[in-house]
Amino acid sequence: MAAPFIEIKNVSKIFKNQSKEFKVLKDINLEIQKGDIFGIIGFSGAGKSTLIRCINRLETVSSGTIRMGNYEIDKLSKKEMNLYRQKIGIIFQHFNLFDSRTVFGNVAFPLEVAGKSKQKIEKKVTEILDLVNISDKKDFYPGQLSGGQKQRVGIARALANNPDILLSDEATSALDPVTSLSVLDVLKDINKKLGLTIILITHSLDVIKYTCNNMAVLENGLIAEKGSVREIFANPSSETTKVFIKNNSDLAKVDYLVGGEGI
Amino acid sequence: MKEFLAQVFSVEVWEYVLPATWQTIYMTAISTTITITFGLLFGVLLYVTDKDGLHPMPIFNKVFGAIINSVLSLPSMIVVIIFLPLSKFIVGVSYGPKAFIVSLAIVCIPIFSRLVENSILEVSKGKVEAAKAMGASNWDIILKVMLPESLPTLIRNFVVLTITLISITAIAGSFGAGGLGELAVRFGYNRYRTDILVAVIIVLLVGVEFLQLFGAFISKKILKKRHLV
Ligand SMILES: Nc1ncnc2c1ncn2[C@@H]1O[C@H](COP(=O)(O)OP(=O)(O)OP(=O)(O)O)[C@@H](O)[C@H]1O
Ligand SMILES: [Mg+2]
Repeated sequence: MAAPFIEIKNVSKIFKNQSKEFKVLKDINLEIQKGDIFGIIGFSGAGKSTLIRCINRLETVSSGTIRMGNYEIDKLSKKEMNLYRQKIGIIFQHFNLFDSRTVFGNVAFPLEVAGKSKQKIEKKVTEILDLVNISDKKDFYPGQLSGGQKQRVGIARALANNPDILLSDEATSALDPVTSLSVLDVLKDINKKLGLTIILITHSLDVIKYTCNNMAVLENGLIAEKGSVREIFANPSSETTKVFIKNNSDLAKVDYLVGGEGI
Repeated sequence: MKEFLAQVFSVEVWEYVLPATWQTIYMTAISTTITITFGLLFGVLLYVTDKDGLHPMPIFNKVFGAIINSVLSLPSMIVVIIFLPLSKFIVGVSYGPKAFIVSLAIVCIPIFSRLVENSILEVSKGKVEAAKAMGASNWDIILKVMLPESLPTLIRNFVVLTITLISITAIAGSFGAGGLGELAVRFGYNRYRTDILVAVIIVLLVGVEFLQLFGAFISKKILKKRHLV
Protein backbone atom coordinates (compact mmCIF):
# COMPACT_ATOMS: atom_id res chain seq x y z
CA MET A 1 0.00 0.00 0.00
CA ALA A 2 1.19 3.51 -0.79
CA ALA A 3 2.22 5.83 2.02
CA PRO A 4 -0.94 7.22 3.59
CA PHE A 5 -1.97 10.66 2.38
CA ILE A 6 -2.89 11.86 5.84
CA GLU A 7 -0.97 10.60 8.81
CA ILE A 8 -1.99 11.47 12.35
CA LYS A 9 0.59 10.31 14.85
CA ASN A 10 0.27 10.23 18.64
CA VAL A 11 -1.88 13.33 18.61
CA SER A 12 -3.11 14.67 21.93
CA LYS A 13 -5.01 17.84 22.62
CA ILE A 14 -5.37 19.42 26.03
CA PHE A 15 -7.57 22.42 26.71
CA LYS A 16 -6.68 24.48 29.75
CA ASN A 17 -9.51 26.36 31.41
CA GLN A 18 -8.17 28.48 34.26
CA SER A 19 -6.58 25.84 36.47
CA LYS A 20 -8.29 22.77 35.05
CA GLU A 21 -7.01 20.66 32.17
CA PHE A 22 -9.25 18.76 29.78
CA LYS A 23 -7.62 16.04 27.76
CA VAL A 24 -9.90 15.99 24.75
CA LEU A 25 -7.78 13.89 22.37
CA LYS A 26 -5.59 11.11 23.71
CA ASP A 27 -2.82 9.65 21.63
CA ILE A 28 -4.71 9.47 18.34
CA ASN A 29 -3.17 7.47 15.48
CA LEU A 30 -4.88 7.44 12.09
CA GLU A 31 -3.83 6.87 8.52
CA ILE A 32 -6.02 7.90 5.65
CA GLN A 33 -5.36 6.96 2.03
CA LYS A 34 -5.71 9.28 -0.92
CA GLY A 35 -9.17 9.10 -2.46
CA ASP A 36 -10.72 7.45 0.57
CA ILE A 37 -13.96 8.48 2.23
CA PHE A 38 -13.13 8.09 5.87
CA GLY A 39 -15.83 8.23 8.54
CA ILE A 40 -15.38 9.22 12.15
CA ILE A 41 -18.20 8.47 14.53
CA GLY A 42 -18.60 9.04 18.25
CA PHE A 43 -20.89 10.48 20.89
CA SER A 44 -21.23 14.16 21.55
CA GLY A 45 -18.10 15.48 23.21
CA ALA A 46 -15.94 12.59 22.04
CA GLY A 47 -13.54 15.02 20.34
CA LYS A 48 -14.48 14.62 16.67
CA SER A 49 -14.68 18.32 15.85
CA THR A 50 -11.50 18.98 17.80
CA LEU A 51 -9.72 16.35 15.72
CA ILE A 52 -10.65 17.91 12.38
CA ARG A 53 -9.96 21.39 13.73
CA CYS A 54 -6.46 20.09 14.41
CA ILE A 55 -6.23 18.87 10.82
CA ASN A 56 -6.90 22.31 9.39
CA ARG A 57 -4.95 23.99 12.16
CA LEU A 58 -7.85 25.92 13.65
CA GLU A 59 -6.45 24.25 16.76
CA THR A 60 -2.84 23.35 17.40
CA VAL A 61 -2.11 19.89 18.74
CA SER A 62 -0.64 19.66 22.24
CA SER A 63 1.62 16.80 21.18
CA GLY A 64 2.08 14.49 18.23
CA THR A 65 2.24 15.26 14.51
CA ILE A 66 -0.12 15.56 11.58
CA ARG A 67 1.13 15.21 8.04
CA MET A 68 -0.91 15.83 4.90
CA GLY A 69 0.89 15.04 1.66
CA ASN A 70 4.14 16.94 2.01
CA TYR A 71 2.89 19.33 4.66
CA GLU A 72 4.01 18.81 8.25
CA ILE A 73 1.21 20.93 9.52
CA ASP A 74 2.53 21.89 12.94
CA LYS A 75 5.64 23.35 11.34
CA LEU A 76 3.86 25.78 9.03
CA SER A 77 4.46 29.52 9.23
CA LYS A 78 1.43 31.78 9.23
CA LYS A 79 1.71 32.46 5.51
CA GLU A 80 2.19 28.79 4.63
CA MET A 81 -0.73 27.98 6.86
CA ASN A 82 -3.16 30.08 4.85
CA LEU A 83 -1.92 28.36 1.67
CA TYR A 84 -2.29 24.98 3.36
CA ARG A 85 -5.80 25.81 4.48
CA GLN A 86 -6.74 26.64 0.91
CA LYS A 87 -5.89 23.00 0.13
CA ILE A 88 -8.46 21.80 2.66
CA GLY A 89 -12.14 22.32 2.13
CA ILE A 90 -14.55 22.13 5.03
CA ILE A 91 -18.32 22.01 5.34
CA PHE A 92 -20.30 22.53 8.52
CA GLN A 93 -23.52 21.44 10.17
CA HIS A 94 -24.87 24.99 10.11
CA PHE A 95 -23.42 25.76 6.67
CA ASN A 96 -21.82 29.06 7.77
CA LEU A 97 -22.55 30.74 4.46
CA PHE A 98 -22.11 34.50 4.25
CA ASP A 99 -25.53 36.17 4.24
CA SER A 100 -24.11 39.30 2.63
CA ARG A 101 -23.03 37.40 -0.47
CA THR A 102 -24.99 35.64 -3.17
CA VAL A 103 -24.41 31.99 -3.97
CA PHE A 104 -21.91 33.14 -6.57
CA GLY A 105 -20.23 35.47 -4.04
CA ASN A 106 -19.97 32.72 -1.46
CA VAL A 107 -18.26 30.33 -3.83
CA ALA A 108 -16.06 33.16 -5.12
CA PHE A 109 -14.87 34.02 -1.60
CA PRO A 110 -12.10 31.40 -1.26
CA LEU A 111 -10.90 32.28 -4.77
CA GLU A 112 -10.78 36.01 -3.96
CA VAL A 113 -8.85 35.18 -0.82
CA ALA A 114 -6.40 33.12 -2.90
CA GLY A 115 -5.90 36.16 -5.15
CA LYS A 116 -7.40 34.73 -8.35
CA SER A 117 -8.29 37.03 -11.25
CA LYS A 118 -11.89 38.03 -11.99
CA GLN A 119 -12.10 35.94 -15.15
CA LYS A 120 -10.68 32.87 -13.42
CA ILE A 121 -13.14 33.27 -10.56
CA GLU A 122 -16.08 33.61 -12.93
CA LYS A 123 -15.06 30.49 -14.82
CA LYS A 124 -14.31 28.38 -11.75
CA VAL A 125 -17.47 29.32 -9.85
CA THR A 126 -19.66 28.53 -12.85
CA GLU A 127 -17.95 25.18 -13.24
CA ILE A 128 -18.36 24.18 -9.59
CA LEU A 129 -21.95 25.34 -9.29
CA ASP A 130 -22.61 23.03 -12.21
CA LEU A 131 -20.82 20.18 -10.48
CA VAL A 132 -23.02 20.36 -7.38
CA ASN A 133 -26.07 21.07 -9.46
CA ILE A 134 -27.09 24.48 -8.18
CA SER A 135 -26.27 26.79 -11.12
CA ASP A 136 -29.85 28.01 -11.29
CA LYS A 137 -29.50 29.61 -7.83
CA LYS A 138 -26.35 31.56 -8.72
CA ASP A 139 -27.78 34.99 -7.87
CA PHE A 140 -29.79 33.91 -4.83
CA TYR A 141 -28.86 34.88 -1.30
CA PRO A 142 -28.47 32.13 1.33
CA GLY A 143 -31.65 33.44 2.97
CA GLN A 144 -33.56 32.22 -0.08
CA LEU A 145 -32.26 28.65 -0.02
CA SER A 146 -33.39 25.44 1.66
CA GLY A 147 -31.03 23.55 3.95
CA GLY A 148 -30.06 21.07 1.28
CA GLN A 149 -29.36 23.82 -1.23
CA LYS A 150 -27.31 25.70 1.36
CA GLN A 151 -25.17 22.65 1.94
CA ARG A 152 -24.59 22.26 -1.80
CA VAL A 153 -23.36 25.83 -1.83
CA GLY A 154 -21.21 24.98 1.19
CA ILE A 155 -19.72 22.07 -0.73
CA ALA A 156 -19.17 24.24 -3.81
CA ARG A 157 -17.42 26.85 -1.69
CA ALA A 158 -15.25 24.17 -0.09
CA LEU A 159 -14.24 22.84 -3.51
CA ALA A 160 -13.41 26.18 -5.12
CA ASN A 161 -9.67 26.04 -4.57
CA ASN A 162 -9.28 22.44 -5.77
CA PRO A 163 -8.58 21.12 -2.29
CA ASP A 164 -6.80 17.83 -1.65
CA ILE A 165 -9.17 16.89 1.12
CA LEU A 166 -12.67 17.77 2.18
CA LEU A 167 -13.60 17.79 5.85
CA SER A 168 -17.25 17.37 6.70
CA ASP A 169 -18.35 18.13 10.26
CA GLU A 170 -21.86 16.73 10.64
CA ALA A 171 -22.75 18.28 7.30
CA THR A 172 -26.03 16.41 7.07
CA SER A 173 -27.13 16.57 10.73
CA ALA A 174 -29.40 19.58 10.19
CA LEU A 175 -31.10 18.05 7.16
CA ASP A 176 -34.03 15.71 6.80
CA PRO A 177 -33.17 12.11 5.81
CA VAL A 178 -34.04 12.47 2.13
CA THR A 179 -32.07 15.69 1.74
CA SER A 180 -29.22 14.10 3.70
CA LEU A 181 -29.02 11.35 1.15
CA SER A 182 -28.91 13.79 -1.74
CA VAL A 183 -26.06 15.70 -0.09
CA LEU A 184 -24.20 12.46 0.63
CA ASP A 185 -24.67 11.54 -3.02
CA VAL A 186 -23.00 14.79 -4.00
CA LEU A 187 -20.05 13.90 -1.76
CA LYS A 188 -19.78 10.42 -3.24
CA ASP A 189 -20.03 11.87 -6.69
CA ILE A 190 -17.22 14.40 -6.24
CA ASN A 191 -15.11 11.76 -4.54
CA LYS A 192 -15.41 9.68 -7.69
CA LYS A 193 -15.08 12.51 -10.19
CA LEU A 194 -12.26 14.42 -8.53
CA GLY A 195 -10.59 11.66 -6.54
CA LEU A 196 -11.01 13.88 -3.51
CA THR A 197 -10.17 12.48 -0.07
CA ILE A 198 -13.05 13.04 2.33
CA ILE A 199 -13.13 12.88 6.11
CA LEU A 200 -16.66 12.72 7.33
CA ILE A 201 -17.79 13.21 10.90
CA THR A 202 -21.20 12.00 11.87
CA HIS A 203 -23.45 10.70 14.62
CA SER A 204 -25.09 8.28 12.29
CA LEU A 205 -23.82 4.83 11.41
CA ASP A 206 -26.10 4.83 8.40
CA VAL A 207 -24.32 7.84 6.99
CA ILE A 208 -21.05 5.96 7.35
CA LYS A 209 -22.50 2.78 5.89
CA TYR A 210 -23.86 4.70 2.93
CA THR A 211 -20.79 6.81 2.24
CA CYS A 212 -17.52 5.57 3.71
CA ASN A 213 -14.98 2.88 2.98
CA ASN A 214 -13.03 3.10 6.21
CA MET A 215 -13.90 4.43 9.63
CA ALA A 216 -12.79 5.11 13.16
CA VAL A 217 -14.85 5.16 16.33
CA LEU A 218 -13.93 7.89 18.79
CA GLU A 219 -14.73 7.34 22.45
CA ASN A 220 -13.83 9.98 25.04
CA GLY A 221 -10.88 11.21 23.02
CA LEU A 222 -9.58 7.73 22.32
CA ILE A 223 -9.87 5.66 19.18
CA ALA A 224 -12.00 2.74 20.24
CA GLU A 225 -11.65 0.95 16.93
CA LYS A 226 -10.76 1.59 13.33
CA GLY A 227 -10.77 -0.34 10.09
CA SER A 228 -12.90 -0.97 7.04
CA VAL A 229 -16.59 -0.23 7.42
CA ARG A 230 -17.46 -3.76 6.36
CA GLU A 231 -15.30 -5.38 9.04
CA ILE A 232 -16.45 -3.14 11.85
CA PHE A 233 -20.10 -3.66 11.03
CA ALA A 234 -19.62 -7.39 10.83
CA ASN A 235 -17.64 -7.48 14.01
CA PRO A 236 -18.04 -4.48 16.28
CA SER A 237 -15.70 -4.62 19.23
CA SER A 238 -16.22 -1.34 21.08
CA GLU A 239 -19.11 -0.44 23.34
CA THR A 240 -19.79 2.77 21.35
CA THR A 241 -20.13 0.92 18.08
CA LYS A 242 -22.53 -1.59 19.60
CA VAL A 243 -24.70 1.16 21.03
CA PHE A 244 -24.75 2.93 17.68
CA ILE A 245 -25.70 -0.25 15.85
CA LYS A 246 -28.49 -0.94 18.35
CA ASN A 247 -29.93 2.55 17.93
CA ASN A 248 -29.74 2.59 14.19
CA SER A 249 -31.63 5.54 12.77
CA ASP A 250 -34.04 5.24 9.90
CA LEU A 251 -31.85 6.42 7.03
CA ALA A 252 -31.74 2.88 5.65
CA LYS A 253 -35.51 2.80 5.42
CA VAL A 254 -35.58 6.17 3.73
CA ASP A 255 -33.09 5.00 1.16
CA TYR A 256 -35.27 1.99 0.56
CA LEU A 257 -38.32 4.24 0.15
CA VAL A 258 -36.66 6.60 -2.31
CA GLY A 259 -35.51 3.63 -4.34
CA GLY A 260 -31.84 3.29 -3.45
CA GLU A 261 -30.10 -0.06 -3.53
CA GLY A 262 -30.60 -0.51 0.19
CA ILE A 263 -27.78 -0.29 2.63
CA MET B 1 -52.86 79.63 20.33
CA LYS B 2 -53.40 80.34 16.69
CA GLU B 3 -51.51 83.59 17.02
CA PHE B 4 -48.68 81.84 18.80
CA LEU B 5 -48.36 79.26 16.02
CA ALA B 6 -48.36 82.02 13.42
CA GLN B 7 -45.56 83.64 15.41
CA VAL B 8 -43.59 80.35 15.54
CA PHE B 9 -43.76 80.10 11.75
CA SER B 10 -43.13 83.78 11.15
CA VAL B 11 -40.33 85.05 8.94
CA GLU B 12 -38.73 86.80 11.87
CA VAL B 13 -38.33 83.59 13.89
CA TRP B 14 -37.02 81.55 10.95
CA GLU B 15 -34.49 84.22 10.13
CA TYR B 16 -32.89 83.07 13.37
CA VAL B 17 -33.69 79.40 13.14
CA LEU B 18 -32.56 78.61 9.59
CA PRO B 19 -28.94 79.80 9.91
CA ALA B 20 -28.70 78.05 13.27
CA THR B 21 -30.04 74.87 11.65
CA TRP B 22 -27.34 75.04 9.02
CA GLN B 23 -24.71 75.51 11.71
CA THR B 24 -25.95 72.44 13.54
CA ILE B 25 -26.02 70.40 10.34
CA TYR B 26 -22.52 71.59 9.51
CA MET B 27 -21.15 70.67 12.94
CA THR B 28 -22.95 67.34 13.02
CA ALA B 29 -21.93 66.37 9.48
CA ILE B 30 -18.23 67.03 9.93
CA SER B 31 -18.03 65.59 13.45
CA THR B 32 -19.95 62.53 12.26
CA THR B 33 -17.49 62.00 9.42
CA ILE B 34 -14.54 62.18 11.79
CA THR B 35 -16.31 59.96 14.30
CA ILE B 36 -17.17 57.30 11.75
CA THR B 37 -13.62 57.13 10.46
CA PHE B 38 -12.03 56.71 13.88
CA GLY B 39 -14.94 54.82 15.41
CA LEU B 40 -14.79 52.14 12.71
CA LEU B 41 -11.03 51.91 13.09
CA PHE B 42 -11.14 51.71 16.89
CA GLY B 43 -14.13 49.39 16.97
CA VAL B 44 -12.39 46.94 14.65
CA LEU B 45 -9.20 47.31 16.69
CA LEU B 46 -11.07 46.49 19.91
CA TYR B 47 -12.56 43.40 18.29
CA VAL B 48 -9.34 42.20 16.67
CA THR B 49 -7.10 42.60 19.73
CA ASP B 50 -9.53 41.00 22.17
CA LYS B 51 -8.26 37.80 23.79
CA ASP B 52 -10.70 35.83 21.64
CA GLY B 53 -10.13 38.08 18.61
CA LEU B 54 -8.35 37.54 15.32
CA HIS B 55 -5.06 38.85 16.63
CA PRO B 56 -5.11 38.80 20.43
CA MET B 57 -3.13 41.55 22.13
CA PRO B 58 -4.60 41.38 25.65
CA ILE B 59 -2.52 44.11 27.28
CA PHE B 60 -3.04 46.63 24.49
CA ASN B 61 -6.72 45.74 24.43
CA LYS B 62 -7.11 46.32 28.18
CA VAL B 63 -5.35 49.70 28.11
CA PHE B 64 -7.13 50.86 24.97
CA GLY B 65 -10.49 49.68 26.31
CA ALA B 66 -9.86 51.52 29.57
CA ILE B 67 -9.14 54.79 27.74
CA ILE B 68 -12.32 54.42 25.71
CA ASN B 69 -14.34 53.62 28.82
CA SER B 70 -12.97 56.56 30.78
CA VAL B 71 -14.04 59.02 28.07
CA LEU B 72 -17.40 57.23 27.91
CA SER B 73 -17.95 57.49 31.63
CA LEU B 74 -17.52 61.28 31.79
CA PRO B 75 -20.53 63.51 31.12
CA SER B 76 -20.35 64.62 27.49
CA MET B 77 -20.42 68.30 28.47
CA ILE B 78 -17.23 67.89 30.48
CA VAL B 79 -15.47 66.06 27.66
CA VAL B 80 -16.41 68.85 25.27
CA ILE B 81 -14.86 71.43 27.62
CA ILE B 82 -11.72 69.38 28.35
CA PHE B 83 -10.89 68.94 24.69
CA LEU B 84 -11.96 72.40 23.56
CA PRO B 85 -8.45 73.92 23.69
CA LEU B 86 -7.11 71.00 21.62
CA SER B 87 -10.03 71.35 19.23
CA LYS B 88 -9.45 75.08 18.75
CA PHE B 89 -5.74 74.46 18.24
CA ILE B 90 -6.29 71.79 15.57
CA VAL B 91 -8.88 73.80 13.64
CA GLY B 92 -7.17 77.15 14.18
CA VAL B 93 -10.43 78.92 15.05
CA SER B 94 -11.43 79.86 18.58
CA TYR B 95 -15.18 80.41 18.41
CA GLY B 96 -18.28 79.25 16.57
CA PRO B 97 -19.24 75.83 15.20
CA LYS B 98 -15.87 75.10 13.62
CA ALA B 99 -14.00 75.39 16.91
CA PHE B 100 -16.10 72.61 18.43
CA ILE B 101 -15.86 70.01 15.68
CA VAL B 102 -12.92 68.04 17.06
CA SER B 103 -14.19 68.26 20.61
CA LEU B 104 -17.55 66.87 19.55
CA ALA B 105 -15.91 64.05 17.63
CA ILE B 106 -13.83 63.10 20.67
CA VAL B 107 -16.99 62.73 22.75
CA CYS B 108 -18.56 60.49 20.13
CA ILE B 109 -15.65 58.32 18.98
CA PRO B 110 -15.72 56.11 22.12
CA ILE B 111 -19.47 55.69 21.82
CA PHE B 112 -19.29 54.69 18.18
CA SER B 113 -16.24 52.46 18.74
CA ARG B 114 -18.21 50.36 21.21
CA LEU B 115 -21.24 50.32 18.91
CA VAL B 116 -19.05 49.10 16.04
CA GLU B 117 -17.41 46.49 18.25
CA ASN B 118 -20.79 45.18 19.34
CA SER B 119 -22.13 45.11 15.78
CA ILE B 120 -19.15 43.06 14.63
CA LEU B 121 -19.45 40.72 17.60
CA GLU B 122 -22.94 39.81 16.43
CA VAL B 123 -21.53 38.04 13.37
CA SER B 124 -21.61 34.33 14.19
CA LYS B 125 -18.37 32.62 15.18
CA GLY B 126 -19.12 29.95 12.60
CA LYS B 127 -18.72 32.43 9.75
CA VAL B 128 -15.38 33.62 11.08
CA GLU B 129 -14.27 30.05 11.47
CA ALA B 130 -15.36 29.22 7.92
CA ALA B 131 -13.40 32.19 6.57
CA LYS B 132 -10.31 31.19 8.55
CA ALA B 133 -10.61 27.61 7.36
CA MET B 134 -10.58 28.88 3.77
CA GLY B 135 -7.23 30.54 4.38
CA ALA B 136 -8.54 34.10 4.64
CA SER B 137 -6.17 36.64 6.18
CA ASN B 138 -7.35 38.82 9.05
CA TRP B 139 -7.82 41.70 6.62
CA ASP B 140 -9.98 39.51 4.40
CA ILE B 141 -12.04 38.48 7.40
CA ILE B 142 -12.62 42.09 8.49
CA LEU B 143 -13.25 43.61 5.07
CA LYS B 144 -15.01 40.76 3.30
CA VAL B 145 -16.87 39.10 6.17
CA MET B 146 -17.29 41.08 9.39
CA LEU B 147 -18.15 44.51 7.99
CA PRO B 148 -20.46 43.39 5.15
CA GLU B 149 -22.22 40.85 7.38
CA SER B 150 -22.88 43.43 10.09
CA LEU B 151 -23.75 46.29 7.72
CA PRO B 152 -27.48 46.50 8.59
CA THR B 153 -26.67 46.76 12.32
CA LEU B 154 -23.84 49.21 11.63
CA ILE B 155 -26.22 51.51 9.78
CA ARG B 156 -28.70 51.50 12.62
CA ASN B 157 -25.93 52.26 15.09
CA PHE B 158 -24.71 55.00 12.81
CA VAL B 159 -28.09 56.68 13.14
CA VAL B 160 -27.96 56.33 16.92
CA LEU B 161 -24.58 58.04 16.80
CA THR B 162 -25.79 60.93 14.65
CA ILE B 163 -28.74 61.57 16.92
CA THR B 164 -26.47 61.52 19.96
CA LEU B 165 -24.20 63.98 18.21
CA ILE B 166 -27.04 66.36 17.49
CA SER B 167 -28.01 66.40 21.14
CA ILE B 168 -24.40 67.06 22.16
CA THR B 169 -24.12 69.96 19.70
CA ALA B 170 -27.08 71.43 21.52
CA ILE B 171 -25.12 71.23 24.77
CA ALA B 172 -22.07 72.72 23.06
CA GLY B 173 -24.36 75.55 22.05
CA SER B 174 -24.30 76.91 25.56
CA PHE B 175 -20.49 77.27 25.27
CA GLY B 176 -20.61 79.35 22.13
CA ALA B 177 -20.70 76.64 19.50
CA GLY B 178 -23.63 78.31 17.76
CA GLY B 179 -26.34 76.25 16.15
CA LEU B 180 -29.76 75.35 17.48
CA GLY B 181 -28.50 74.76 21.00
CA GLU B 182 -27.15 78.24 21.37
CA LEU B 183 -30.31 79.72 19.89
CA ALA B 184 -32.44 77.84 22.38
CA VAL B 185 -30.35 79.04 25.31
CA ARG B 186 -29.81 82.62 24.15
CA PHE B 187 -33.35 83.42 23.04
CA GLY B 188 -35.56 80.70 24.39
CA TYR B 189 -34.11 80.63 27.90
CA ASN B 190 -32.49 84.03 28.52
CA ARG B 191 -34.98 86.17 26.65
CA TYR B 192 -38.15 84.15 27.11
CA ARG B 193 -38.67 83.84 23.36
CA THR B 194 -40.88 80.76 23.55
CA ASP B 195 -41.70 81.06 19.86
CA ILE B 196 -38.04 80.55 18.92
CA LEU B 197 -37.67 77.72 21.43
CA VAL B 198 -40.68 75.94 19.95
CA ALA B 199 -39.34 76.43 16.41
CA VAL B 200 -36.00 74.90 17.51
CA ILE B 201 -37.78 71.95 19.04
CA ILE B 202 -39.78 71.40 15.85
CA VAL B 203 -36.62 71.38 13.73
CA LEU B 204 -34.91 68.92 16.08
CA LEU B 205 -37.92 66.61 16.29
CA VAL B 206 -38.42 66.54 12.54
CA GLY B 207 -34.70 66.13 11.85
CA VAL B 208 -34.21 63.28 14.31
CA GLU B 209 -37.36 61.53 13.18
CA PHE B 210 -36.26 61.80 9.57
CA LEU B 211 -32.83 60.35 10.35
CA GLN B 212 -34.41 57.52 12.30
CA LEU B 213 -36.78 56.61 9.50
CA PHE B 214 -34.09 56.95 6.85
CA GLY B 215 -31.69 54.67 8.77
CA ALA B 216 -34.36 52.08 9.44
CA PHE B 217 -35.36 52.19 5.78
CA ILE B 218 -31.85 51.58 4.44
CA SER B 219 -31.11 48.90 7.02
CA LYS B 220 -34.35 47.11 6.23
CA LYS B 221 -33.69 47.38 2.53
CA ILE B 222 -30.38 45.55 2.90
CA LEU B 223 -31.97 42.87 5.08
CA LYS B 224 -34.73 42.45 2.49
CA LYS B 225 -32.24 42.15 -0.32
CA ARG B 226 -30.45 39.41 1.64
CA HIS B 227 -33.82 37.81 2.46
CA LEU B 228 -33.17 37.93 6.18
CA VAL B 229 -36.52 39.50 7.06
N1 LIG C 1 -11.94 25.69 23.24
C1 LIG C 1 -12.22 24.72 24.13
N2 LIG C 1 -11.89 24.88 25.43
C2 LIG C 1 -12.16 23.91 26.33
N3 LIG C 1 -12.77 22.74 26.03
C3 LIG C 1 -13.12 22.52 24.76
C4 LIG C 1 -12.87 23.50 23.73
N4 LIG C 1 -13.33 23.02 22.55
C5 LIG C 1 -13.85 21.81 22.84
N5 LIG C 1 -13.72 21.50 24.15
C6 LIG C 1 -14.17 20.26 24.81
O1 LIG C 1 -13.67 19.18 24.09
C7 LIG C 1 -14.57 18.08 24.11
C8 LIG C 1 -14.75 17.59 22.69
O2 LIG C 1 -15.41 18.58 21.93
P1 LIG C 1 -15.70 18.36 20.39
O3 LIG C 1 -16.40 19.57 19.92
O4 LIG C 1 -14.47 17.94 19.69
O5 LIG C 1 -16.71 17.14 20.46
P2 LIG C 1 -17.52 16.45 19.29
O6 LIG C 1 -17.13 15.02 19.29
O7 LIG C 1 -17.34 17.20 18.03
O8 LIG C 1 -19.00 16.60 19.82
P3 LIG C 1 -20.34 16.87 19.00
O9 LIG C 1 -20.74 15.57 18.43
O10 LIG C 1 -21.32 17.34 20.03
O11 LIG C 1 -20.05 17.91 17.96
C9 LIG C 1 -15.84 18.60 24.75
O12 LIG C 1 -15.91 18.07 26.06
C10 LIG C 1 -15.67 20.09 24.77
O13 LIG C 1 -16.26 20.62 25.92
MG1 LIG D 1 -18.62 18.47 16.86
